[in-house]
Amino acid sequence: MSVIKAQNLTLVYGKGTSFQKTALSNVNFEIEQGEFVGLIGHTGSGKSTLVQLLNGLLKPTEGTVYLNGKNIWEEPKKIREVRFKAGMVFQYPEYQLFEETVYKDIAYGPKNMGLSEDETDKRVRSAAEFVGLKRELLYKSPFDLSGGEKRRAAIAGVIAMDPDVLILDEPTAGLDPLGRDVLLSQIQNYHKTRKNTIIFVSHSMEDIARISDRILVMNHGEKLLFDTTQNVFAKAEELEKVGLRIPQITKIMRMLKKRGINVNTNILTIEQAFNEIINYLGT
Amino acid sequence: MKNFIEVRNVFFKYGESEESSEEKYVLDGINLNIHKGEFVAAVGHNGSGKSTLAKHFNSIYLPTTGDVYVDGINTKDDERLFDIRKKVGLVLQNPDNQIVAGIVEDDVAFGCENLGIAPREIRERVYNALEAVGMYEYRKHSPEKLSGGQKQRVAIAGIIAMEPECIVLDEPTAMLDPQGRQEVISTVMKLNRELGITVILITHYMEEAVLADRVVMLNSGKIILEGTPKEVFSQVELLKKHRLDVPQATELIYQLRGCGYDLPPTVLNEEECVDALMQILKK
Amino acid sequence: MVRDVTLGQFMPGHSLIHKLDARSKILLLIAYIVFIFLSENYFSLALITVASLAVILLTKINFKFYLKSLKVILFVIVFTGILNIFYGSGTVLYEWGFITITEGGINNAIFVIIRIAVLVMISSVLTFTTSPSDLTDAIEKLLKPLSVFHIKVHEIAMMMTIALRFIPVFLEETDKIMNAQKARGADFESGNVFQRIKALIPVLIPLFVSSFRCANDLATAMECRCYNGGNNRTRMKVMKFSLADLFGLMFSLLVFAGVILLNLYLPAVVR
Repeated sequence: MSVIKAQNLTLVYGKGTSFQKTALSNVNFEIEQGEFVGLIGHTGSGKSTLVQLLNGLLKPTEGTVYLNGKNIWEEPKKIREVRFKAGMVFQYPEYQLFEETVYKDIAYGPKNMGLSEDETDKRVRSAAEFVGLKRELLYKSPFDLSGGEKRRAAIAGVIAMDPDVLILDEPTAGLDPLGRDVLLSQIQNYHKTRKNTIIFVSHSMEDIARISDRILVMNHGEKLLFDTTQNVFAKAEELEKVGLRIPQITKIMRMLKKRGINVNTNILTIEQAFNEIINYLGT
Repeated sequence: MKNFIEVRNVFFKYGESEESSEEKYVLDGINLNIHKGEFVAAVGHNGSGKSTLAKHFNSIYLPTTGDVYVDGINTKDDERLFDIRKKVGLVLQNPDNQIVAGIVEDDVAFGCENLGIAPREIRERVYNALEAVGMYEYRKHSPEKLSGGQKQRVAIAGIIAMEPECIVLDEPTAMLDPQGRQEVISTVMKLNRELGITVILITHYMEEAVLADRVVMLNSGKIILEGTPKEVFSQVELLKKHRLDVPQATELIYQLRGCGYDLPPTVLNEEECVDALMQILKK
Repeated sequence: MVRDVTLGQFMPGHSLIHKLDARSKILLLIAYIVFIFLSENYFSLALITVASLAVILLTKINFKFYLKSLKVILFVIVFTGILNIFYGSGTVLYEWGFITITEGGINNAIFVIIRIAVLVMISSVLTFTTSPSDLTDAIEKLLKPLSVFHIKVHEIAMMMTIALRFIPVFLEETDKIMNAQKARGADFESGNVFQRIKALIPVLIPLFVSSFRCANDLATAMECRCYNGGNNRTRMKVMKFSLADLFGLMFSLLVFAGVILLNLYLPAVVR
């Protein structure tokens, strides 16, 4: 059974008024338990709307979201539980920090879930560990942390809810390369350890190529592609048409092929490209 | 060539009180000359001091010790504060927070109005500035309806209208999507190439830095590397040590060179990379 | 979504009223309000009402928008109208227990309803046809004489400009933070008043933090653009009285003269 299933998802803002705007139309897909899904699309393609529908922050005008096989809006009063199960990290999540200490801030979600002190404490500590926040930082004010630490503290606040599905909306935006690399590997590590499902929204094709199993491509509120990372990036022309790129390294291999060098173009990382070229030279 | 900006042995730390005396210097002995008409990119990870340096070029910050000269004027010279700010404009990171007025053209006019320029001339300058950044048709719009890249271009127009000789951009693309980044960078390039405006671009995107005439790399408040993009990006080892991004094309060639292949020391983009690879693959 | 709320009700257009200088519109509006209250009989009230409706027609803005602005205070109008029925003198028309309705009471009710309605609609003319930035500029110009009393007129106008600019920014920010906290299980919709206020803390604190950050950035941006208060400042948009303003003034003076004459030569209603 798929962990998330979207069926005919449609969202229309201001229906029936002169401001009517279709943000999402008839989107269908299924995500399997344990998958790492990259979500791409240019600004305004419906990515943000889609992820907010998946955890019940928005209600679809038509269609259904199934989480673990259950319609999330079946009991509207229990929508909060859906949000705990499908944890959402927004863009620039550090702007949501508010507590006196980092510890309390991370504990906000677990407390809202009604967990016991002990369980909350366990969750806070393990979440902080996943994002690499040192223990002494837990008792500092979140406003005294550095930019990168704030970001990680905010992400820990969602991880602490131990969601089955973790949705990250451009978690690396605005970070420097160091902060970005550290955060990406922490997310990968978390995914490996917890074996849960991750939906990762990003504008960086290089990052998406590095970590996703499958990629969902959105365009003008519709699903354009949903396929394995290799298959998606094999469709360079299609992606370019909707204002997206392929990773530079993939592009280089494709350009080589065009110039008559018979290399494999299903290349997503520098390492793969390096091996492919060494192989080619060897034969 | 004439030095337009001279940074002489600048040390800077926040606050001048006794208690902060042991705090470390954010800028730790910076010497830098910038020529008229040059396009300089300053790179370095967060906390390297690059943004602090940017704010020294137009007297927002003053050096704790050392001096900064703009066109021969010391930035500490109170009397000539407005002369300095007229010559050197600063664009900040957050596109929302630097637009003052509720209509695009009113905002662009703001700086000129402060300078006491005649209304007729202000209008002319505002229209020219909006043309230069490609936002003329949006002159009557309200800023909140614009995209991030458009807002940032309006902010640039607001500086350009003051007819500065130099424009400093402090991570102007950090909060933008790829399309917005592209818009801003091509605007900046145009200002430099066509209007001869000196540009100092603070960024952590290496694909932006490679477009500059000169790249300055900062770490812990010190300049650790300086040169043309080719020179700087040939130091892949050093860049990686300081956890800065290296374009995938550059890195691939670097790795292959490490295995003894005869390749040029630096390539900066995919075309150069493919050309170089063809040399060894064709054989 | 909060960000869909349109602030200010400015509706761009090219009507004669749109072309009037914002200063004229503010001053004339004040004069109209005074004369609405000065009209003492049905004839003068009718004159000012008809004149106001003429102005409304001249704006070329759909009349339903004016009705909408009336709807907002419909309750106030009806309530004060009904209340006024019971006050007044003159012939008693109806008596039941302690309730007496007099001729004056009826007059009072009709007067109050028409006055408030006309007042609201004529005020809407100003907000519908003048952009917020023109309005603040006009207020700055009109209040200029007050700077003699060391009132910082320019600063007040600047604050109004910035406030108008940043209200939508903060509404959007509020929206984002609320969503982020909802994703962590915040519940803004249930519980008693105290619980609800408490639930807002996780929204208010980040909002404060971000407004300080924003103010800081804005101050730097303004410094970079040589902002130095109102001294030696010029404006790109120069306010100029035009023929339209003269026409507006003549028209209004005729109306006001008419109101005075009708008041003088016809009897005031029984109140």
